[in-house]
Amino acid sequence: MPHEEVVKLEDVWVHCDGVPVLEGINLSIEQHDFLGIIGPNGGGKTTLLRAILGLVKPSRGRITVLGETPPGGRRLIGYVAQHNLFDGDFPISVWDVVLMGRYGRAGLFRRYSESDKRVARNVLETVGMLDFKNRQIGKLSGGEQQRVFIARALAAEPKLLLLDEPTASVDTAMQTEFYQLLERLKQWMAIVLVSHDISAVSIYVDKIACLNRRLFYHGSKEISPEELLATYQCPVQMIAHGVPHRVLMKH
Amino acid sequence: MRNALIAGLLAAVACGIIGVYVVVKRIVFISGGISHASFGGIGLGYFLGISPILGAVFFTLASALGMGLVTKRTRLPEDTAIGILWAMGMALGIILIGLAPGWPPDLFSYLFGDILLVPDFELTLMLILDVTIIGVVFSLYKEFLALSFDEEFSSVVGVPTERLYLLMLCLIALTVVVLIRVVGIILVIALLTIPATVARQFTHRLDRMMLLSILLGVAFTFGGIWLSLELDWASGATIILFSGVVLLACFGFSKLRRRKLPPPQANQG
Repeated sequence: MPHEEVVKLEDVWVHCDGVPVLEGINLSIEQHDFLGIIGPNGGGKTTLLRAILGLVKPSRGRITVLGETPPGGRRLIGYVAQHNLFDGDFPISVWDVVLMGRYGRAGLFRRYSESDKRVARNVLETVGMLDFKNRQIGKLSGGEQQRVFIARALAAEPKLLLLDEPTASVDTAMQTEFYQLLERLKQWMAIVLVSHDISAVSIYVDKIACLNRRLFYHGSKEISPEELLATYQCPVQMIAHGVPHRVLMKH
Repeated sequence: MRNALIAGLLAAVACGIIGVYVVVKRIVFISGGISHASFGGIGLGYFLGISPILGAVFFTLASALGMGLVTKRTRLPEDTAIGILWAMGMALGIILIGLAPGWPPDLFSYLFGDILLVPDFELTLMLILDVTIIGVVFSLYKEFLALSFDEEFSSVVGVPTERLYLLMLCLIALTVVVLIRVVGIILVIALLTIPATVARQFTHRLDRMMLLSILLGVAFTFGGIWLSLELDWASGATIILFSGVVLLACFGFSKLRRRKLPPPQANQG
C-alpha cells in the first residue's frame, strides 16, 4: 500500500511571548499511522497540535497538511481538544454538537443537508452514542461526552484525527473501550494521540514520540530509559510510570 | 397607550432572541458595556440636532465593534477594556449634551425608559431593527450556535469566528437601541438576561429558548406597563422589578419541585 504523507513538519519553531515552546520539530505522519506523543506537562504537546491546525503560527520552519499550509488543511483534520470547557448547562443536544463537525462541508448560511445528517448519524453509531442523540450534552458522563466530541471530529470525515489528552476525563474501565474504538478508526485515518500517561498510550499506539520542547521520535514504540530520561530530564518520572520498556515489551 | 404596547412587543422580540445569546455565551458584561456606551450616541444625536435614538444606532454599533476589536485583538484584559469603554461612552454623552445648543433634554427618560411616550418614528425604527435582527439570526443560526458553544472548534472547522462575534455584538447594539425607550440604558441588561434565564429552566434547545423568552418578554413588558399604570410607578423600573420577581418565583418553584419529587430521570428532549 502506498503511504501518503498526511502531515510534515520541517524544522518548526514556535515561540510564545519570545520563549521557545517548540524547538526544531521534524515530524512526518503517514496514512494509517497511530502516533502517540508523550511528554511532561508544559512540554508543548498541545502547542504542536495547535500548530498543525494553524491555530498558532510557527516562527520558523514549515508545516504541510495534506499538501496544504495549515489553515487550508484544517478541513481534513478532526480535532478533539483537551479541555472541553463548555458550560455544562449549555442548551444544545448531542445531535447538534455532532452536526457542528459538518460545518466545513455545509458552509456559511447553508442549512445542514440530508447527507450531513446521514454522516452525523453514522459517526454517532460508530462511537455508540446514537441512542443519546437528543440528550443535552451536559447531562452525559465525562466518558460519554468524550465519545460525542470524537463523533463531532469524525463528522468532518477527516484524514487525520488529533486527540489531546482524550482519556483525562474517562474512567479506567471506559479507557479500554475507548482505545478499541481508536483501533478501528485507524483503518480510515491517521491518528495522533497526545498524553502524559505513558503506560496507557504505549499499549495501543504503533509509534511513539517524546516531546519536551524538542521531539524525540521513534520509528517503533520501544523507548529506552535513556531516551525517556532525555525527554523528561528527571528519572523520578520513570519510576512513577514503572520501567517503561518492560511495559512496552509485553504488548 | 397603543404605542406603548407595540413598543413592548417589539422590545420583547429583540431581547428574546438576542438575550438568549447574551446568556448562553456569557457576554452579559460586554452587553452592559455596549448599553451604557450608547449614552454617548444619545448625546451625539442632541449635539448634531438629529434624533437621539438615530444617533444611538450609529454610535452604539461603532462602540460595539470597538469593544469587540479591543477585547479580541489587544492584550488588555477583556473586563478592563469593557469597563473603560463603558465609562468613556457615558462621559462622552454628558459632554456632548452639555455642548448641544438649547435647553438640556430630559435625560431621565433615556436612562430609565419611558415607554408611554414612544413616538411613531421610533416605533418604525424599532420595527426595522427587529426585522434586521430576525433576518440575521435566521440565516446564521447554526454559525451562532457553534460560536456560542465552542469557539475554538468552530474556527477549526472554518467558521469565521471573529467576524461573527463582532456581528453578534452589533446585534446586541441594535437590541440595546430597541430597548432604550422601553426600560432605559441602565436597565437594559435586565431585560436582556431575565427572559432568557427563565426560558432556560424549561428547555435545552436554543430555538425553543428564544421563542419562550420572546413570550416571557411580552408578558413582562405588558404586565409591567399595567402595573405601572395601576400603581403610578415609573414604567421601565416596574417592568424590570416585575421580571425579577417572576424570575425569583421560577427558581423558588423549581427548587421546591425538585425537593418533592424523586430525582429526575434522564432528561429527554
